[in-house]
Parts: sequence; C-alpha cells; structure tokens
Amino acid sequence: MAIEAVDHSHWSPLLGRLWLDALPQEPIVLATFVVVALGGVALVAALTYFKLWGYLWKEWFTSVDHKKIGIMYMVLGLIMFLRGFADAIMMRIQQSIAFNGNEGYLNAHHYDQIFTAHGVIMIFFVAMPFVTGLMNYIVPLQIGARDVSFPFLNNFSFWMTTAGAVLVMMSLFIGEFAQTGWLAYPPLSNLAYSPWVGVDYYIWALQIAGVGTLLSGVNLICTIVKMRAPGMTMMRMPIFTWTSLCTNILIVAAFPVLTAVMTMLSVDRYLGFNFFSNDFGGSPMMYVNLIWIWGHPEVYILILPLFGVFSEVTATFCGKRLFGYSSMVYATLVITILSYLVWLHHFFTMGSGASVNSFFGITTMVISIPTGAKLFNWLFTMYRARIRYELPMMWTVAFMLTFTIGGMTGVMLAIPPADFVLHNSLFLIAHFHNVIIGGVLFGIFAAINYWWPKAFGFKLNQFWGKVSFWLWVPGFWVAFTPLYILGFMGVTRRMRVFDDPSIQIYFVIAAFGAVMIAGGIGAMLVQFAVSIWKREELKDESGDPWQGRTLEWATSSPPPEYNFAFTPIVHDIDAWDDMKRCGVERPVTGFRPIHMPKSTGTGLILAGLSTALGFAMIWYIWWLAAASFVGIIGYAIFHTFNYKRDYHIPVETVEATEAARTRQLAAAGA
Amino acid sequence: MHPPESRLNPPGRPFGPSRFLNQRSFAALGLAGMLTAALSGCNTVVLDPAGDVARQQGDLVIVSVLLMLLIVIPVMAAVVIFAWKYRASNKDAKYEPDWDHSTQLELLIWTAPLLIIICLGAVTWTSTHLLDPYRTIGRIDHETAIAADAKPLEVEVVALDWKWLFIYPEQGIATVNELVVPTGRPLQFKITSSSVMNSFYVPAMAGQIYAMPGMETRLHAVMNKTGVFKGFSANYSGAGFSSMHFAAHSVDDAGFAKWVGDVKASGKQANTGQTADAPLPEAPAAMPLGGNLDRAAYLQLEKPSEKVPVIRFASVDPELYGAIVDMCVEPGKMCSSEMMAIDARGGLGKAGIRNVSMLEYDKNGRQAGTDATATPDAAVRKELAWVRALCRQIPGSAPDGTIKAPTDMRSLNGAGLAAPQSIGLGQEEARAPDSVSRPAHVSLISRN
Repeated sequence: MAIEAVDHSHWSPLLGRLWLDALPQEPIVLATFVVVALGGVALVAALTYFKLWGYLWKEWFTSVDHKKIGIMYMVLGLIMFLRGFADAIMMRIQQSIAFNGNEGYLNAHHYDQIFTAHGVIMIFFVAMPFVTGLMNYIVPLQIGARDVSFPFLNNFSFWMTTAGAVLVMMSLFIGEFAQTGWLAYPPLSNLAYSPWVGVDYYIWALQIAGVGTLLSGVNLICTIVKMRAPGMTMMRMPIFTWTSLCTNILIVAAFPVLTAVMTMLSVDRYLGFNFFSNDFGGSPMMYVNLIWIWGHPEVYILILPLFGVFSEVTATFCGKRLFGYSSMVYATLVITILSYLVWLHHFFTMGSGASVNSFFGITTMVISIPTGAKLFNWLFTMYRARIRYELPMMWTVAFMLTFTIGGMTGVMLAIPPADFVLHNSLFLIAHFHNVIIGGVLFGIFAAINYWWPKAFGFKLNQFWGKVSFWLWVPGFWVAFTPLYILGFMGVTRRMRVFDDPSIQIYFVIAAFGAVMIAGGIGAMLVQFAVSIWKREELKDESGDPWQGRTLEWATSSPPPEYNFAFTPIVHDIDAWDDMKRCGVERPVTGFRPIHMPKSTGTGLILAGLSTALGFAMIWYIWWLAAASFVGIIGYAIFHTFNYKRDYHIPVETVEATEAARTRQLAAAGA
Repeated sequence: MHPPESRLNPPGRPFGPSRFLNQRSFAALGLAGMLTAALSGCNTVVLDPAGDVARQQGDLVIVSVLLMLLIVIPVMAAVVIFAWKYRASNKDAKYEPDWDHSTQLELLIWTAPLLIIICLGAVTWTSTHLLDPYRTIGRIDHETAIAADAKPLEVEVVALDWKWLFIYPEQGIATVNELVVPTGRPLQFKITSSSVMNSFYVPAMAGQIYAMPGMETRLHAVMNKTGVFKGFSANYSGAGFSSMHFAAHSVDDAGFAKWVGDVKASGKQANTGQTADAPLPEAPAAMPLGGNLDRAAYLQLEKPSEKVPVIRFASVDPELYGAIVDMCVEPGKMCSSEMMAIDARGGLGKAGIRNVSMLEYDKNGRQAGTDATATPDAAVRKELAWVRALCRQIPGSAPDGTIKAPTDMRSLNGAGLAAPQSIGLGQEEARAPDSVSRPAHVSLISRN
C-alpha cells in the first residue's frame, strides 16, 4: 500500500540530474522508442540518400515566405496530432478494460502522463499550429499582401513553436512528462509533489512555444492592420481575416499571462519561491485564476479563426454573399471582449460567493448570443443558395449540427449549481471535445480541403475525403455520447481504474468510437497520399477551383513567392467575386522588380539554442543552460549585424512567371 | 457585514415550492420523450439523486436543456432543411446570390438567443444564490421546510493522499473512507485538504466543492433516502487518485446512533480498528490504525497511501481539524493564522527570518524543512511559544462563515435575496484577552 518512490535525487555537474534512470523503463515506452528511433534513422537516411537536406534547408527551414511557414505549421500540427491521438486511444483502451480489479495495461505513472500530454499536445501543438498555420498562409493572400509584416519573425515564431513540441516529444523518451493534468494546478505541480522533470518539461515547452505564439500574434496583427490592399477598409475585410485579427489580439493579450504564471511556477520550483505553494501564505487559487485568465481566451483563440473558415466556406459553396457581414463582425468583436470576462466558470466549485459565480455564469451565457448569431448567419447564407456539397461544405454542415449541441452543453455547465454536479465529470470532457473537435478540428479539415488546391495546385481526392468524413463524424458521436451519459452517472475524469462493472459498456462503446476516428484519420492520410500520387488528374490550372470570392483565389495555385505581381485594388467585401463580375483584366505588362525578404537560418538556430536552454534547465545542467543562454543573446545580437535581409526579384523573372501564368490560364480556358 | 435577513426578506408568503426551482413537474412534462427516456436505462444519479440539493441541481440541468432546446431544435432542423432544400442539384429552389441582409432577420437572430439567455440568466442568478453551498439549506425536500430549531450535523472532511477523513466533532469520532449520515437531517460539511487540491463529491447528495490545503470550503446538504452511495474525489490529485473513493451511507436516526455507538465502542479495543456491523455492509479488514485520532495518529495517517480500507476512530482530538486547516498539526509548525496575525501587525521584520522552517508545510518533498520541526528542540518550542503568546494578544474571532438559507421564498422572484457577503475580519467580536482559544483562521476560508 505504500507508494513506491523512485529516487531521482542524484546530480552531477556535467549531466545535471540526467542519468540512466531517465531512459525508458516501461515496455510500452521502450517499444515506442525503438520504433520511433528506427523511423527517425530511416528518415534521416532517406533524406541524405535523396540529397534533400540542402533543399529542405534552403527552400523550407530558412524560408521567410509566409506560405511555406504556414505549410510547415500545418505539418507540425499534423505530426503532433498523430502523437496526441495515440495518447487518446491509449486512454480509451485503458478505461475500457480497467474494471473488476483489472488494473489495465497502464500504471498510474504512465497513464497520468498520457492524459496530461494528450491535453497539452492537442491544445498547444496541434490546434495552435493548425490555426497559426492557416492564418499564416491565408491572411496575407486574403488582404492582397506580399508577405507578413515581419517575415523573419514569422520564421523564428514557427521554430520556437517547434522547439516546444520537440521538448514535449523528448519527454516521452528522456525522463517523464508532467502527471498533473494539462493545466498543472499547484500544489500538485509544485516541487513537493512533482519532484522530478515532468512539470519542468511542461513549463519549458510552454514557455518556449509561447514566445513563438506571441510573436506570431504581434506579426499578424501588424500585417492585418498595416498591409491591406488599397480599398480594403476594415469593413471590407474577409471574415477569416477579421476572425484572425481578433484571435491575434486575444493572443497578444492572453499569452503574456501564461508566460507570467509559468514564470511564477518556475521560480516556485527552481528558486524556492512560494507563489502557489502551501508555505508562507502562498495560494494555489491564484494560479488557478491566472491560468484560466489565459485559458479561456485561449479557447476563443482556437475557435475564432475556424468561425472565419466556416464563413468563407459557406459563402463560397453557397454561391452567395455571406448573410449579415456586419453582424458577423460585431459578433466576433463581442466574443473577443467577453472571452476575458468568463474565466471563473472553470472553477465555480472553488467556493467563490454566489454573486461572483452568478456573474461569471451569466457572462458565459451571454457569449452564446453572438455565437448563436453567427450560426444564424451561416444558416441564412444557406437560405436561397445553391449549395455545392464539396468536402469543405460537408465539414461545415457537420460542424453546424455538432457545435450546436456542444454549445448547449456548454451553457448547461455555465449555470453554477448545475456545474457543481457536472464539473470535472466525463460530461465536461464530452462538452469540450464536442466544441473542440466539432468546431476546431472540423474547421481545420474544412480549411485543409478548401485551401489545399491553393497551396499545391491540385484538389484533394474526394472519395477518401468522404470516407474520412463518414468515419469522423459518426465516430465522434460514438466516442463522446457515452461520455455525456457517464457524466450524468457521476463518473469523473482522469480515472485510471473503475470498480463499477455496469459502466464498462459505455467505455467500450467510446473506445469503438475512437477506433472509428482512427479510421477517419487513416483515411485522411490516405487521401493526402492518393491526391499527391494522382495530382495530375486533380490539377487545378485556374487558381480558383471553387469559384472563390476572396483575393487568395485571384492568384495562381500555388501562388508565386511574391503572391501578387500588382497589388489588387478592392472595391467590395468579396473582392475577387467583385473583380470577376466587373471583368477586371489581369495585368500582363508593366511589371517591376519586386522587393522581397531574404531567407535566414537565424530563427532555426535561435530555436535550437532555446531547445538546449530548455533541456538544460529541465535537467539542471547549469553549464549548458548558461552556455545556451549566452548563445541565444549572442546570436541574436550577431543577427542584428546581418544587413543582407532583402533582395529584388528581377523584372525578367516576374515577367516570365506571369507569362507562364497567362499561358496556364489560356490552356485552362479561363 | 451580514445584513439582517429580515430587512431583505420581509415576511409574507409562506414557505413553499418556488415556481422556478421546483421543476419536477416541469421536467416530467418536457423530458418524457427526451433525456429521461434516453437515459432511463442507466443509473443517472446526477438527474435522479437521493438528496434534495442534488435534485435541485439536477433539475436545473433539465430546465436549462429545455429552455435551450426551444432554440436549438429549430436551428438544427433549419440547418438540415436548408442544407437539403438548397442543394445545388435542386434547380427548383429559389437562388438569390446577392441577398445578404434583412433587418428583421438580424433582429430575430440577436433577440431570440437573447431572450433565452435572459430567462436562463434569471434562473442562474436565483439558483446560484439559493444553492450556494455555503448557504444553509432552507428545506428538507420540496414539501418539507426545515424546522426552526434544526441543528445541522457537522462533518469535517479532510482530503488526504489518497483517502478521505471524516471527523464528527459533535460525536467526537472520526472515520476514514466511510461517511455515515442520518437521513433527513441537514448536513454541514467543512472541507479541507492536507496536501493538494481535491474535490469532495457525493453525486447522490449534492454538487461538489474543492478541498484545498490551508483553506476551508463549505457544503450544506441533506440526504432524503437511505442507502449506500458513491463518494469520491472529482479533482485529480496524483497517483492514487483513481481509488480515492468512499461509501456514503444514509441511515435513519436510530441507525446513525447505533453506528456512532459502534464506532465509539470499537475504538476501546486498543487500536485494533473496527469490525463491520449491520447495517453497514462490506467494511474491509481492520487496520493497524484506530482508537484515538490525535495529532500523532493523524500525521501517520496523512502519509500517502492507496486503496485504504475503512478505519474508525473512537475518539478524536477536538482541535485536530482546526490545526489541519491551519497547517500546524506537526508539533513545530507555526499556524498559518498565527503567521497572518503577525503579518497583520506589520510582520516581524528581520526577526522573522529565524522561523522560516516553521512555515514550511509541504509534506512529501521538502523533508529537510520537515525534519527541523517534526521533533522540535527547545529553541523551536520557545520560539513557537513566543509566537503563540504574541497572537493571543489579538482579540477577535471569526464570524461563522455560514450563510443562512432564506426564510422567504419570494426571494426567488429576484427581490429580497440577501447578498452573501464576503467573510472578512470586519465582524470581529471582542473576546476576553485571556481566552485560550487560538485566533480563528478567518482568512483561510476560501471565500473571495
């Protein structure tokens, strides 16, 4: 009955507390490690054999082109999504077998890491890269810009996010990840109760990735505010750009809070401070408040851009102007502001007074008004439309039906006394998966299917897309309806074993749903592979395969690195649709050299040094921490002396590119 | 600070079921085809609990669903209908590509959700105040008002790693992982934790509330049926969390008296724990602990352990619970209320540096800090005695943080609800300076 504690207390100057006990001990992790290691070696060997390192370095890793960075963000999100989903299905299996004294196949140390990692990865390293990637790719194109305001910063932001992801992935094989739940509430996350490296991995992964997120937020706000094409007033911006603007405002306002609270947790852990400990009058309640002051806006950071995606998709595939553009904009702004006034609804059960609880409950419900208005706007866009059921539109309709239920269960949780019986239950789990999967993920899938032809010049295979859709959507409901019911049965979250055999069936059904979702993910990967394989058949020459309405469809697919040879002039909300109607001619002469930013490896190098800094701090390798910190500062100063930051694309190149485009359009018969 | 109830609750309508909150008929009406039918196969304790507080909370769940379905069903139906009707292949449907505005519709799409939210907001405001876990309950069930002289049964709950300690101050007994309460009697739980956050939750009785170290939360409830119900921690608290559950027994008054007698008797058998007696089934084998729960026994008990069977203590140190909340069970620790009292007088300045080890409470990891105070030497004792003497000079004690249930149900109409006040030091009553009781840990109550 005693708790076996492993002694991790040794420390050496060279390796800090890193020692052999940090290597994988559990057979499951060990096997994963072997597979990943072999896969990694094979990948490196293949890249070397096909001599791709130079190409990747020159064309991708050091690129400051917002389109390439956007794609790299999406790839990062996809890879981490597979990891996060592996965690999910492990949990589902554990919970479906751990009954009647069966301990399942995961011990507490492993299982508790898995649910923590699942949450952290899915929010920070799946949803965030997906959302940031989309905004990166689409926003400059939609506003008729050549790139973002600060292209180098963009590259640096991406690599900092990746550095955070790398640290999380390292924790799988070197040491451990946090066993605290994804928000690492103290006192559990304090040194007294989480003495080893898990929480430190958590802190440093979030801090380093947070730098990237914050800088990317600054960058995109600046881009949207300053770099819109002439004529694009604020009230002519595409809705996706509007939602991106609001999201980035939320990022810039919210992420510093996360940075601050993580810093306070770090000084508690590293320097013996007592912000959140039980000692010396520290208060864990302060942490819970602070982290949710970041955490609730974070929810809207994730969902708002996808609201934008659904707006674009609905208008395009309905062949119709979006209903209620201005009410959509105001709804977005209202959500942006209100998202700061609701954080306490995550912990009504902490014992705040009834007036405080009611205030936050009611503000939470008020958010459902603009959200409802948005749903009505999409609904009335479909009214008297000609809806083409391409994949993006299918995901949108699935979203509208799924998200409505998720919104409803959210308002249920917003009533404090109802929350007292549903808080921390599987009902809560079902609710937030309902809005995050039904809203964010479905939106990501709609966006990928919608903008893939823009990014790569060919459409995605429809058959495998539909297979994925029909596995995902029912799979979601099979996986999460049992969780709603279990919530009503008073079953709480984060349980590893159960003693009531009568509820096992629900977990088995949920696990089956997870398997369906796995099929959906598999089908999506097949869809990508088949589409790339048959890209000639799926080719889109026009650059505008869906009869798009916004500016990104005005250029070729994929767009040239300068996006637009001439900055377009905007006269209406749906600028490209307006240009098509007015028969605006594509200019074919009068090109000039185009001023462009130059690639640089600085972002990658700084992020690499940051990873080293994080790793050193996690393992108490002080010499490495000092060296990498000095390295970061030194290299950043060194980079300021790099004056070769820009170049001009010669007019001949522009002419040749545009001439090729003219021929392509002629061939396509456009 | 508390306004007198009578000022805001003028006498008038007699106690009775409210229009808003007694939704059982409402629920039966609306949910016949919906939730209950869908969930009737399962044991949905949240919607059909044994305690009146949980029942009102469960009813709220149902009412809110019904209110929202008013708008959700039409919207979802419209999505499906529009999605089908306006498909591209249906050339008969009207197509208006430039129609993008209608003031009437805009008005509708903003006001329809607004109206629902106004209703829900009103329900939220009143129910949150009435079902405030800090407020005493106003009724035993929807037809029985609480007797004027009813004294709630007080239970002090301590979340330990990873088991639950229940102290019955009135009866002078304590149990681990076994909660026994008399049916139909108001219950007052005072809840704290020894190390990390947990959440005290008996779904059949009432909603959960966090258990936090160094702080006290409150919960008022009542059990309306006899039976054995599940209780557990609803907030992840570490490796042993999954098995941190207990049986909550609701028994009649005679059964409760008998049980108390049994617990008291069992402890006399020199620390052999207890033996299971009817009517409480399945009590596991005896533990080496038992007998008297004093500070030493508590320090032994609070060490992390998993899947702990029921333990019964025939007697309990009456000051133990206060010391747990104050984090000074260990002999050499300064109570956090004492620390606050010192701080309130401006602190000790540099002199305070000497007593830091007295203020390190985190138990598992910081062994160094613990060792210094676990067996305090004469110097530490002297220091602590000085601190205590200093603090006793401060007159005053805390008002009881309990908020009274409204006596007048008109408050449900929005008027007459006494706004619950923060619990602060404002209501101090002067005490005789020679009072031996330690200063109450007012500001430890997690009430902001």
